[in-house]
Amino acid sequence: MPDQTQTGAAYGRLLLALLLAPALLWLLLLIILPHVDLALLSFRERVAPRQYVASLAQYRTFFGEPLYWHVFVRTALLSALATALTLLVAFPIAWVIAKLARGRASALLFMVCLIPFWVSETVRTLGWMILLRESGVLPQLLMHLGLTHQPVELLYHDATILVGLVYTSLLFMVVPLVGSLESLDNTLIEAAYDLGGKGWSILREIVIPHAAPGITAGCIVVFMLTLGNYLTPTLLGGKNSLWFTEQIYTQFITRFNWEQGAAFGFLLLALSTAMVWLGLRLSGQRFSDVMQRA
Amino acid sequence: MTSPTIARADPTTDLEVRAVSKRFDTHLAVDNLSFAVERGSFFSILGPSGCGKTTLLRMIAGFIQPDSGDIAIGGRSMRQVAPNRRPVNMVFQQLALFPMMSVAQNVAFGLARRGVGRAARLSRAEAMLERVGLAGAGGKRTDELSGGQRQRVAIARSMVLEPTLLLLDEPLGALDLKLREHMKIELKQLQAAFGTTFVYITHDQSEALVLSDHVAVMNHGRFEQLGTPQELYYGPATPFVAGFVGANNHLHGKALAVDGMIVELATQAGWVVRARRHGAIAVGAAVEAFIRPEATMLARAAAELPAGLTAHTGEVISLLFDGANSVALLRELKSHAEFRIALPQTGAYADLKVGARIWFSFDPERALCFPASGANA
Repeated sequence: MPDQTQTGAAYGRLLLALLLAPALLWLLLLIILPHVDLALLSFRERVAPRQYVASLAQYRTFFGEPLYWHVFVRTALLSALATALTLLVAFPIAWVIAKLARGRASALLFMVCLIPFWVSETVRTLGWMILLRESGVLPQLLMHLGLTHQPVELLYHDATILVGLVYTSLLFMVVPLVGSLESLDNTLIEAAYDLGGKGWSILREIVIPHAAPGITAGCIVVFMLTLGNYLTPTLLGGKNSLWFTEQIYTQFITRFNWEQGAAFGFLLLALSTAMVWLGLRLSGQRFSDVMQRA
Repeated sequence: MTSPTIARADPTTDLEVRAVSKRFDTHLAVDNLSFAVERGSFFSILGPSGCGKTTLLRMIAGFIQPDSGDIAIGGRSMRQVAPNRRPVNMVFQQLALFPMMSVAQNVAFGLARRGVGRAARLSRAEAMLERVGLAGAGGKRTDELSGGQRQRVAIARSMVLEPTLLLLDEPLGALDLKLREHMKIELKQLQAAFGTTFVYITHDQSEALVLSDHVAVMNHGRFEQLGTPQELYYGPATPFVAGFVGANNHLHGKALAVDGMIVELATQAGWVVRARRHGAIAVGAAVEAFIRPEATMLARAAAELPAGLTAHTGEVISLLFDGANSVALLRELKSHAEFRIALPQTGAYADLKVGARIWFSFDPERALCFPASGANA
């Protein structure tokens, strides 16, 4: 008998190991190993062909060259701005889906948010370019309406990048927001109204505190996606988009400077980790609570 | 924005509902209702679910606009007045305490909305918590409180705003039986202590009878009867009220003879009883009669019953012992009709057994006979 239970337990452990194996292998081979390799790369310097020494030169270059850290800060700020804008746009949409629309209407609205993702990001962004470029639909329309004398170039502005980023991120903000707003008991809102609350005070005192985990989850996801986005800023912002991912791409692909690219990659990782930590700190949320919402 | 002030018919009236109707699609939820509630009284609206009582309460609170008619609170018309501007507060069925706030913040919420300063509102909240017996609980989270304490916070949260009218939407419904009995007493004491007019809705007749100064029995969007609990219990105006308020034996039959105020009726199975007439009844008309279980006298022999009353015989089919509320279920021998009789509290029938044969009678003056109402039967 004891032998049998031991065999049973061993079998259970084997089964668990087998079930987890794909996920663990994926984590190890595709995420941890490359990052270890990149980390090693970032801490070395080429002194002669095929000769490397350990050094902090890559990181020194980053802080020594204003262009690099300007782009870095600019990317962080624009990402934060895009996240805030996405929240502002997504909140009313989520409110309508969670609280006002019923049954089919609610599902339909969700579909509308999902539709852009049926098209690949590249095609979608190229679509934006067709709309916005100087000879595109929107500038022509503006001219026909007499609002402008000649077609205006709407591409290659920071505002254009922001519009594109908000559009791409919207769904990832709407989903956690809908989840947290749906769980808000309507009688709490009625009670607050009954006790003399007005729209703004109810939003501030009741709705936002209740939805805080969802808001934080949405903001973290959107911020990370935006910070690491390459296609949208590059296509809509053109050569002057000055997005940090583009710098990383240039180092790796154009300049074959993998050491510099790896250092940039780790700086971006550190930035996104720091911002998430800061966001959780400021909103008083716990990471595990927030991730359950996401 | 000024709302027109109605000349108050009666200065001691806190709530006046005039010809209010509300229709949802084809369903008439509230049907041309008018009533007034006296200042400082405990007024209950009692009715089965779907009778329109919640709609009525929500119209008084301002969450629903009436289709027609007017509601005046403290003599002021509430037409076009939003819920957050009405001198009315509501205790919700699920209480709706704000889980993101402490107990004290819950109570201070309304004061904050009125612009009362932080220190002042916290001290007023603390004073109010003390009045409802929750001194020192201000710092707790709402989920750290027991059901009864949460109830008191919900009342404190409304009462701190000193409303003209406090609306209560079945606040005891979610509590377990024992706590509910306890909270009934507490609610009544709180209302007496505050002196605020309470409007209470419930489907539990016992809550309505115990708590209220006046009760309105509501059915299909109308009031069947409005009166004191005693009036409703001893003098129900309609068969619905007789059936809904308190326990009653309900008989259907035909009038055999009408002698002044007393009707002699026979059930379909042929049992003949006598009851006091309520409304016009012609001989041969379909009628329904109600006899209270405690209006019946029991005897082990026909001779022990008061002379002049018809003696009926029954066989005990079931004994429901519940202390002072013990009941025997009988089957009347001729008609096999089931009949409920309250056992005397003296314990004289403590040895009664199922299957025993027993005599009973009741004063026709204490039995009620209505013309058959059809739908309400």
